[in-house]
Amino acid sequence: MRKFKNPMLVLFGLALVFTSCGDQKKGNSGALTSNAAEKVYVAPGEHDEFYAFVSGGFSGQMSVYGLPSGRLFKVIPVFSQDAEKAWGYNEETKPMLNTSFGFVPWDDSHHPDISQTNGELDGRYVFINGNNTPRIAKIDLTVFETTEIIEIPNSAGNHSSSFVTENTEYVVAGTRFSVPVPQRDMPINEYKGNFKGALTFISVDPEDGGMDIKFQLMMPGFDYDLSHPGRGKSHGWFFFTTYNSEEASTLLEVNASQNDKDFIAAVNWKKIEEYVNNGGGTKMPSNYAHNVYNEETHTATSTMKKEVLVVNPTDVPGAVFFLPTPKSPHGCDVDPSGEYIVGNGKLSADLTVHSFTKMLDAIEGKKYDGDAYGIPILKFEDVLAGTVSQPGLGPLHTEFDGQGNAYTTFFISSEVVKWKLGTWEVVDRQPCFYSVGHLMIPGGNSRKPFGKYVLAMNKITKDRYLPTGPEVTQSAQLYDISGEKMELLLDFPTVGEPHYAAGIAADIVKARSKKIFDLKENKHEYGITSDADVRVERNGKEVHIYMSMIRSHFNPDNIEGIKVGDKVYFHVTNMEQDYDVPHGVSIIGANTSELLIMPGQTETFVWEPKQPGVWPFYCTDFCSALHQEMQGYVRVSPANSNIDLSWSLGD
Amino acid sequence: MGKVNNSLLVIFTLLLLSCGGKEEKKDGFSIERKKATTEKKAETPTTNQVKASERIDLTSKGVGPINSITLDAEIDQAMVTQGEEVFNQMCMACHRVGKKFIGPAPNGILERRTPEWIMNMILNPDVMVKEDPLAKDLLVEFNGSPMANQSLTEDQARAVLEYFRTLK
Repeated sequence: MRKFKNPMLVLFGLALVFTSCGDQKKGNSGALTSNAAEKVYVAPGEHDEFYAFVSGGFSGQMSVYGLPSGRLFKVIPVFSQDAEKAWGYNEETKPMLNTSFGFVPWDDSHHPDISQTNGELDGRYVFINGNNTPRIAKIDLTVFETTEIIEIPNSAGNHSSSFVTENTEYVVAGTRFSVPVPQRDMPINEYKGNFKGALTFISVDPEDGGMDIKFQLMMPGFDYDLSHPGRGKSHGWFFFTTYNSEEASTLLEVNASQNDKDFIAAVNWKKIEEYVNNGGGTKMPSNYAHNVYNEETHTATSTMKKEVLVVNPTDVPGAVFFLPTPKSPHGCDVDPSGEYIVGNGKLSADLTVHSFTKMLDAIEGKKYDGDAYGIPILKFEDVLAGTVSQPGLGPLHTEFDGQGNAYTTFFISSEVVKWKLGTWEVVDRQPCFYSVGHLMIPGGNSRKPFGKYVLAMNKITKDRYLPTGPEVTQSAQLYDISGEKMELLLDFPTVGEPHYAAGIAADIVKARSKKIFDLKENKHEYGITSDADVRVERNGKEVHIYMSMIRSHFNPDNIEGIKVGDKVYFHVTNMEQDYDVPHGVSIIGANTSELLIMPGQTETFVWEPKQPGVWPFYCTDFCSALHQEMQGYVRVSPANSNIDLSWSLGD
Repeated sequence: MGKVNNSLLVIFTLLLLSCGGKEEKKDGFSIERKKATTEKKAETPTTNQVKASERIDLTSKGVGPINSITLDAEIDQAMVTQGEEVFNQMCMACHRVGKKFIGPAPNGILERRTPEWIMNMILNPDVMVKEDPLAKDLLVEFNGSPMANQSLTEDQARAVLEYFRTLK
């Protein structure tokens, strides 16, 4: 205890020194050269070179930026309701936020990762994890919308997620908090030896991208922090950093920092896959939601799944090993060749790099340093490739440029440090403003990074922008890494806390971006494909309005015969078949958001009128010169009135 | 203060009076407005006497991808059926057979326009309303309501044209 406290104090002291240094540099924005502006300037009408998908942290969403300009294009709702797009508000998308705990309209989204083919980004999907109520979402990059969310049972604080293998065979979700599995009423202080850490391998259908939990590996009750797949020679393995190998349940700040070394767990998933394919594993009763959005029905369905296949790591010999790694490692990063596994020991002064080849040799030679709950621990010296000595304070995360260089963020000393793989020498360092968390090089988690820029995502902004009260903007910083020295080019604000990002060359994505939904393919249960089908139907107290919209009217736009106490469903189809002509709609007093309906799409909102009157509705998205004329009325009569249902347009 | 109150009273009285007048004659207000518009139009010398929708121009091919179309003497019934289907799905929100709606009725359109102009209007409406003189006038006549580009293929537009041949 005493021994441990001292280095912590030293770290704190140093942190203070560095932070105050940062303060003094205020106004000196990293000595920007005059051409930095030119490098990030994307002329009006021109396109950015890269997409950056930046996680929204506690906003539960993911935002889409262009690089190098830092311009925000879209905020994609994932785990949180978004009134702008009716996500989680309209009837079609509410099921997307269903879980075994019911409707959960928020989460904490952390680590986006782009799908891959042969180890290279293919730009089909982005996966992202929800931490709090463990979920993995898939965003389809033809529509830039969340089309699938799967809940992860037996997990808690779904943090070492959502990283993909090199052919997107799996997207992986590891638990941060270990918990009783199955959940049960037990004393918290009996954690040690009783809690489990689930590492979940979700298969991704190569054709339609459908997700399904293939198996859960029930690991010892550590905290699983981050992970990355092997690639190239190490394809077939997955690496997870752990902390709290002490298995503490209280005051982790101190108690989870006791051990000199925690572990990187190396998982041979191909071996486990084979074991499972041959009938291995145990089917465990479970309850978790699988939510799928169907592009043809424009509607999501939520299915509760009742079983999950669990695998005990000791039942598959040779599948799981522990690599001792100093001091509560955070990032677990694999270089483009697949040889080096970087453990960013956040309380360590050095960066530890393991060798995949040496790891295989050590496994071959069965040179173990004991075991943890039956899982062999390899000897630190046997697997160590090298150490980057004293590169900075508080290493968190490393990415690669594909040119033999690695870039590591240091949270405490607030900087990005460039170093060379193999020689482990530090080449350059640049300050971050302030307290950088993760960083991202487009393609950085693949065999082929686009080593032109690095994006640093900061935890603290302080004085970098105009103040906005106690809560200031979150931010990211862009560096040019095409030369020997890094160059700070740009600060830009982000939506929510950017924990991590994934970037890709725009050309791979933009050609596939959908422009409209084909009206003929509209199979929405309440959709219409022609104005001839416009109608209003009553079923008891439920009224269904099959409405169309096109520049610049609704059909019908006059409706009578609605009564107080009715539940009125507006099923609205946008009949436009032209790019970038969405329409919106809402009605006075609707207890929900507007709808924002893309060409060819149908969406639904529910309105429960509470008093008689004539109530207007209108188009909420400026659509044409006659947008202000795009409006209508619903007449609401007392509950006991006998006015027949009628509807019209232009009569 | 007293003065202000008095003048307010007068204004209110006037307002009430005018309201009363309106109640007696239900459409009075809108009739006045319509008259004013007509008078204004008559004063403008540039306005063509014949409405754009009634004008006959059997030479202009419009602006767009279609340069030349030959119509068979026989109407192709299969194409008509397909064209009617496409029309009902893509066009009916604004165009109704036999009745002026948001846009003009398609009846007899081939007596007023060339087949090429019709197809270009369907396939290239954004450019047509900017560059084609007739389309420009139509946009004004139809209240500035722009014709939506419904992203029809050339084949679909051709089928719609064939359907239009049957609408006299």
